Amino acid sequence: MAQIQLKEIGKTYADGYEAVKGVSMDIADGEFMILVGPSGCGKSTLLRMVVGLEDISSGDMLIDGKRVNELAPRDRNLSMVFQNYALYPHLTVYENIAFPLRLTKGAVSEEEIKRRVADAADMLELNDHLERKPANLSGGQRQRVAMGRAIVRDADAFLFDEPLSNLDAKLRGQMRTEIARMQRRLGQTTIYVTHDQTEAMTLGDRVTVLKKGVVQQIASPRELYEQPVNLFVAGFIGSPPMNFLPARVEGNTLQLPFCEVSFGDEFAGKVAGKDLVIVGLRPEFIKDAAIQEPMENAIHFEADVDVTEWLGNELYAYVPFEADPSVQAKLDELDRDLDGEGMRTQMVVNLESRSRVREGERAKFFFDPMLMHVFDPETGENLTRNEEAAAKIAAESEEDRKRALDRAKRMEAEASAPA
Amino acid sequence: MDATPKQKWSLAAVSIPVMLWTLVPLFWIFSLAVKPQSIQADNKYFPREFSWENFQLITTGTASDLFNPALVNSIVVCLIATVISVVLATFCAYAIARLNFPGKKLILLVSLAVSFFPVISLVTPLFDLWRNIGLFDTIPGLVIPYLSLTLPLSIWVLSAFFQQIPWEMEQAAQVDGATSWQAFRRVIVPLAAPGVFTTALITFFTAWNDFVFAISLTSENARTVPAALAFFTGASQFEQPTGAISAAAVIVTIPVVILVLIFQKRIVAGLTSGAVKG
Repeated sequence: MAQIQLKEIGKTYADGYEAVKGVSMDIADGEFMILVGPSGCGKSTLLRMVVGLEDISSGDMLIDGKRVNELAPRDRNLSMVFQNYALYPHLTVYENIAFPLRLTKGAVSEEEIKRRVADAADMLELNDHLERKPANLSGGQRQRVAMGRAIVRDADAFLFDEPLSNLDAKLRGQMRTEIARMQRRLGQTTIYVTHDQTEAMTLGDRVTVLKKGVVQQIASPRELYEQPVNLFVAGFIGSPPMNFLPARVEGNTLQLPFCEVSFGDEFAGKVAGKDLVIVGLRPEFIKDAAIQEPMENAIHFEADVDVTEWLGNELYAYVPFEADPSVQAKLDELDRDLDGEGMRTQMVVNLESRSRVREGERAKFFFDPMLMHVFDPETGENLTRNEEAAAKIAAESEEDRKRALDRAKRMEAEASAPA
Repeated sequence: MDATPKQKWSLAAVSIPVMLWTLVPLFWIFSLAVKPQSIQADNKYFPREFSWENFQLITTGTASDLFNPALVNSIVVCLIATVISVVLATFCAYAIARLNFPGKKLILLVSLAVSFFPVISLVTPLFDLWRNIGLFDTIPGLVIPYLSLTLPLSIWVLSAFFQQIPWEMEQAAQVDGATSWQAFRRVIVPLAAPGVFTTALITFFTAWNDFVFAISLTSENARTVPAALAFFTGASQFEQPTGAISAAAVIVTIPVVILVLIFQKRIVAGLTSGAVKG
C-alpha cells in the first residue's frame, strides 16, 4: 500500500521528442487511478516511468513521500501486468506465479511460497491449471496468471498496461469486473492504463485524460462525463461520443443547425465577442418527442433521419448536418486528436428502443438546454463548466471510494478473524 | 506447417537419394572396419566375414598407445572448447542483442570477417607463434584456435535467438524484483536454450572433426584423434592401415551420433527457430 505522487514529470527521448510533458498527480493510498487517452498520448510511457522501465527526464516521483527517480524497477516494489502478459513460457503456471518470491534466496520459505501461490490461485480460479505451461492456456487464463504473479508479492502498488486489449469482447467484460473486485478486496493502490473508455469509466476511482503527453483533466468518471473541462475530454468520454454542433451567437440566442437556444444574461458575458461557438450535446440527452413528455424548458426541433441502428436496448439515429466551414477545421482537428477517421458531420441520437423513428423519415426531437455544453472554438475550453457542481461530484466520489475501501477492509478483517 | 500427403511423398522421394549419397560412404567405412585384415582389399562393399580384429588393434593392440591418448585428448579439448565458447558467445550475443553501445556493428562484422580466413592460412603463423610462447603441443594451444573458429558462428546464431526473445520478458522479470543477472539466468538463458544447445553442438563438432590445426599444432602430448589417424601404420610397410583407420573413424563417430540423438529435437527446434521468425 502506498501513496504515489508525480510532480511535473516529463519525458524527452534522445531524438528530442517530448512524450510526456509536466504531468502532476497525487494517487491516494488504495486509489484506483486510470490513465486514458488515444494512442500516442504518452499514457504507457508515463506508466513505464512510474515502474522504472523508462528514465524520468524531469520532475520527481515519490512513493510514500520518498523520491524514487533513480531506483531500479526491482527496488520500487511495484508489480505490473503487461499488455501481452509477459509470462515466462518455460515455467509452469505455479512457477510463473512463484517467480517473484523465489528471487531473493531464502527470504520466503517453500511452505510460504506454496501458501501464497495457493491463495492467489484461489482468488483467480487457477487451481486446475497450476501445472500447465502458459502456451497451453487461453487468453483469459494467461491474463489471470499475469495477475497472479502481480498479487503474490506484497507490492506497494499494482500497475496495469492495457491488460485487456488482447482479449475478446465477452472476456474483456468478465475480466474487467474481476479486476475491479480484486482491487477492492486487496485495497491496493492501482494505476491502470487503457485506451478503452468503458474500462476507464467503470474501473477508476479517478481518471486522468491525457492528450499528446499533457494532462487534460484528472477527475472522477462522473465529473468527466458531466463537467468536462474542454472539447477533447468531452469528445473522448462517452459512447457514442458527444455531438459537436457549430452555433452562431446572435444576441442572446445560439443558432444551431436545427434549432435556436436562447440564454440568460449571466451566460452572455462568457460568449461576449464570439460570433461562433461549438455546442456539445450528448446523444442520450436528445429524446424522441413522439414517445416522451417534454420537460418545461425543452428545446424542440425536427430533423431528417439518415440511418438508424436498433440494438435491442436502444436505438441510434444519425442526422447529417452541414457544418460551418470556420468551425469545420476545429472539428476535424478534434477528430484527428481522438483517432477519428474524418467522417462526415452528423449528429447521433441515442433513443429508447421502443422509439418509432425510422431511417429516411422526418422526426421530432427535444432536449434539455441545461444539459448542453458550450465550448470556445479557439481554445476548446468548456464555457458552461460548473465548478461548484464539479467540486460536489468530486467530494461525493471521494466519499464513495473511502466507503468502499473501508467496507473491503472490514470484510477482509472478518474473513481473516478466527471463527 | 502441415504438409499434404502429396507433399510428404515428394519430399521423401527427394530425400532418399540424398540419404543414400551420404550413407553409402559411411557404411563403407563401417564395412572396412569389421573386415579382417586378410580380406581388407577384396573390393567387396559388404563384408563376407566379420571380426573385431581392427578394433582390438587400436584399443588394446599395437596402435593403442597412439589411439587411446588421442581419444582422451580429443574429448578434453572439445569439451573445454565447447564450454568456453558457449559461455563467451552467450554473454557476447546477449550484449549485442540487448545493449546499445558504440561499435556494436563493428564487432559483428569483425567476427564474421574472422571466419572468412581459410584455416590453412592461419596455421603456419600460429605454428611459429605457439612454438615461441610454449603453446605448441598443449591443450590450450588447440582450444584457442578452435574458439576463434567457432565463436563467430556461435555469436551470430545466439544473438539471433536473443533478439527473438521479447524485451518484455526481461522487463517483467525486473519488475518482479530480479537483478539483471537473475533475469538473464532465470529467464533469458532458458528461453534461448535451443540456441545454446545448437551452438554447443556446432562448436563440439568443429573441434572434434578438425584435422588441420590438430596435425600442425601438436606432436605427442596433445594430439587428437583425426591427427592420430594419420600416424597409424600397417603391420608391415607393404600393408595399408585401412582397417585400423576405419575402426578408429567408427569409434569417433559414436559420440557424435549419441549427441545428435540426445539433442535431436532441440537442434531441429534451434536451427529452424533461429532462422524463421515467429
